[in-house]
Amino acid sequence: MTATLGYPQLRNVGTASKRLTAGLPPITVILSFAVVLLVILWSLVPWLFTSYSPVTGDTASKLAAPSAQHWFGTDYLGRDQFARVVYGTASSVTSALVAVLIGLVIGSLIGLASGFRGGWLDSVLGRFVDVLLAIPGFLLAVVIVSSLGFQTINAAIATGVSAVAVFARLMRAEVMRVRSATYVEASYLEGGNRLHALLGHILPNAYRSVLVLAVLQFGTSILIIASLAFLGYGDPPPASDWGLLVASGKTYVTAPWLVYAPALVIVGTVLSVNRISRWLRKAK
Amino acid sequence: MILKTKDTNVSADLLTVRGLSIAYGSTAVVHDVSFSLAKGGSLALIGESGSGKSTIAKAILRLLPHGEATATGRVELNGSDVLALPEKQFRPLRGRELGFIPQDPASALNPVRTIGAQAHEAAALLGETDPAVRRAKILEVLDQVGLPDPARVYDSYPHQLSGGMLQRVLIALTVLPQPSLIVADEPTSALDVTVQKLILDMLSDLRRELDISLLLITHDLAIAAERADSLVVLKDGAVQESGASRDVFASPRTEYARSLQADVPALHPDRYRRKRTLLTQANDGGFRTDTAPSPTAQLQIDVRGVTKSFPAGGKDVLACDGVTFSVERGRTHALVGESGSGKTTAVRLLLGLEQPDGGDITVAGQSTSGRSRADVREIRRHLQLVYQNPFTSLDPTWRVGRIVREPLDQFGVGTKAERTHRVSEALEAVGLPSDVASRRPAHLSGGQRQRVAIARALVVRPDVVVLDEPTSALDVSVQAGILELLTTLQHELGLTYLFVSHDLALVRQVADTVSVLRRGQVVEDGPVEEIFHRPRHPYTRALLGAIPLAAVSTEEQTALKQPAKATA
Repeated sequence: MTATLGYPQLRNVGTASKRLTAGLPPITVILSFAVVLLVILWSLVPWLFTSYSPVTGDTASKLAAPSAQHWFGTDYLGRDQFARVVYGTASSVTSALVAVLIGLVIGSLIGLASGFRGGWLDSVLGRFVDVLLAIPGFLLAVVIVSSLGFQTINAAIATGVSAVAVFARLMRAEVMRVRSATYVEASYLEGGNRLHALLGHILPNAYRSVLVLAVLQFGTSILIIASLAFLGYGDPPPASDWGLLVASGKTYVTAPWLVYAPALVIVGTVLSVNRISRWLRKAK
Repeated sequence: MILKTKDTNVSADLLTVRGLSIAYGSTAVVHDVSFSLAKGGSLALIGESGSGKSTIAKAILRLLPHGEATATGRVELNGSDVLALPEKQFRPLRGRELGFIPQDPASALNPVRTIGAQAHEAAALLGETDPAVRRAKILEVLDQVGLPDPARVYDSYPHQLSGGMLQRVLIALTVLPQPSLIVADEPTSALDVTVQKLILDMLSDLRRELDISLLLITHDLAIAAERADSLVVLKDGAVQESGASRDVFASPRTEYARSLQADVPALHPDRYRRKRTLLTQANDGGFRTDTAPSPTAQLQIDVRGVTKSFPAGGKDVLACDGVTFSVERGRTHALVGESGSGKTTAVRLLLGLEQPDGGDITVAGQSTSGRSRADVREIRRHLQLVYQNPFTSLDPTWRVGRIVREPLDQFGVGTKAERTHRVSEALEAVGLPSDVASRRPAHLSGGQRQRVAIARALVVRPDVVVLDEPTSALDVSVQAGILELLTTLQHELGLTYLFVSHDLALVRQVADTVSVLRRGQVVEDGPVEEIFHRPRHPYTRALLGAIPLAAVSTEEQTALKQPAKATA
């Protein structure tokens, strides 16, 4: 009899302790969110984080090692490296966002159309995606930037185009999975037309995995755009894209912090974004 | 709480479970369960989903997830406590001493390996190393479970076999190492009734021949009573009642066991009929016999000689071969048959989800063939469908209120306020509280979801509702509630039902007329009592014979109706 009496109480205890931890994601995810938030703030209001100018420096203190005054040290013109990283964030993050948006929107539209319509449209779009996939993404980006002109925004567009194929494939697979679900058929029976089924039922059930991919792709885009900037395909100096900072720092072997500092910022951001993406995929 | 263990002769018991409690984290799911199973005997654990019956089975097999579940108490197999054994000493028992037949045969076998390759794993448990000898033993046991061509099955991949054959393969693999105890977790709930009977017969035979004990887990009291020596009735993880199955079944002592017994369709063929006749009388103001078709009755649905074929494996397969049936207004017609009999195709043709190759479908006097899309859409509005599985027929991202309102929005019925009103009306009619409207399907139980699906079908006030096995995904006790609801709604709203099912016992409870389908053809049709009492076609007889307890129901029903005398 004690067992039956204890049962509801036990159950309440269980849910109460669960409720305390259930709302919070793991600590690494919270840290990742903090990093991403910091990066976003850097790109929106960089002047709040540093009093130095990213373009003018004090040549007297050039190539100084990291100190309390200059957290990331100074470069060959005596400019504060931390200020340059912070001011360079805006263009790095924005271009990654542009890249993801291009990939997400164009890729999803292609995937949605080919997955839902099927038939010849699927075949045509499928072959187009095959062509995109056949060319290595980075190579494709380099070719596009070369033809559009060496600018950070062009690097972003190029990165976006090379990501279209991945989004299209995933969206197509998701749409095909949902399309045959019973509730979609039920929607036709209730007088719904194809557009209603597509926007009302298929898209809401298919977009989640695609969003997770978008977050993951954001991290990858930062890497690719930094690589393009490193190779000189982005805006020329005095712009301070993260990749460009690494590139210009690498000539000064005596001042390794000029490479390490921006590189660590890139690594930290990409890792945080990846962690968040993995958590989203699990929480889905 | 009633705790009854058969302490007559402990040494003869193969499996003894004493004070077993299982908790996931701090949530207890099984409380102080005790029972024992004699060597060569059979015992059934009965309960609804969530009653903890599968958890108990997993505890006996030590398959509970590590670190998440904690089991206390004793589970003795041949006198040694299974729970206390270290994993190394338990592993030799699993498979050899303890066999397990899982619920869904399709997901229990590896799809990329042949049956033979997987059977060798089971054969290896025998300690036999010569592949040729193993192969011979595998073929022998495949033959023993009644598979027609063991050599072909041996070389087949799982997707090449039907559900019934896969379940036979699994049973063969389980009995191959000659275990002393088999745990069968709902071994037939994914199968047709006729196949279910064959599988259960086979299990009983094997048990007798090989002297294997059976622990059967099921939600169906009829199966349990027919197949097991003793029963343990579980509810919310606690034992409600236990004892010899004949006693428990004939005179259940607890309220819960009584309600379970009352929900077995085969035992109560007239459960809804009496109520329906009463309602018919009340509505008409005069007496009308239930089975005789009245001359003035209008045909709501008339399907004549409908044919449909699908291309499969290079040639066309006839799914519907001249199917003809009709339903009178306000009546219930049932389409009965096994999977592959064409009943689902017939329904899809009627609803316009597929186009027939030939034949004519008339709904309320209007033919559906050769009409424009808009016209068919208007006809569909009066024809609504309740799907088999409420877990897949409701969009998981929508809230219940929006799901039920969808047909109103799509057909453009009324103003916004009227729609909201009709949604709450429909939810009320199916017996759901109004706060359900703001929840998502994931937060509802199976029965509640099916009620939502019914509300969605009724909200546009259709004339005909097609019920495609509306209860086959639900527990027996939930099934009774849904059928009760459907019969009530039929007479409040004057609905015409087309009831699709493979379960004749259920059909007998709800339908007025029946068409029995086999391989796309109607083999027999007529009033439901006629089919039950004077079946003409052998296939109908086979279906009737497959109903669990069909044999006892005629002899023992009289005895069951006077339980007071039995216990007095």
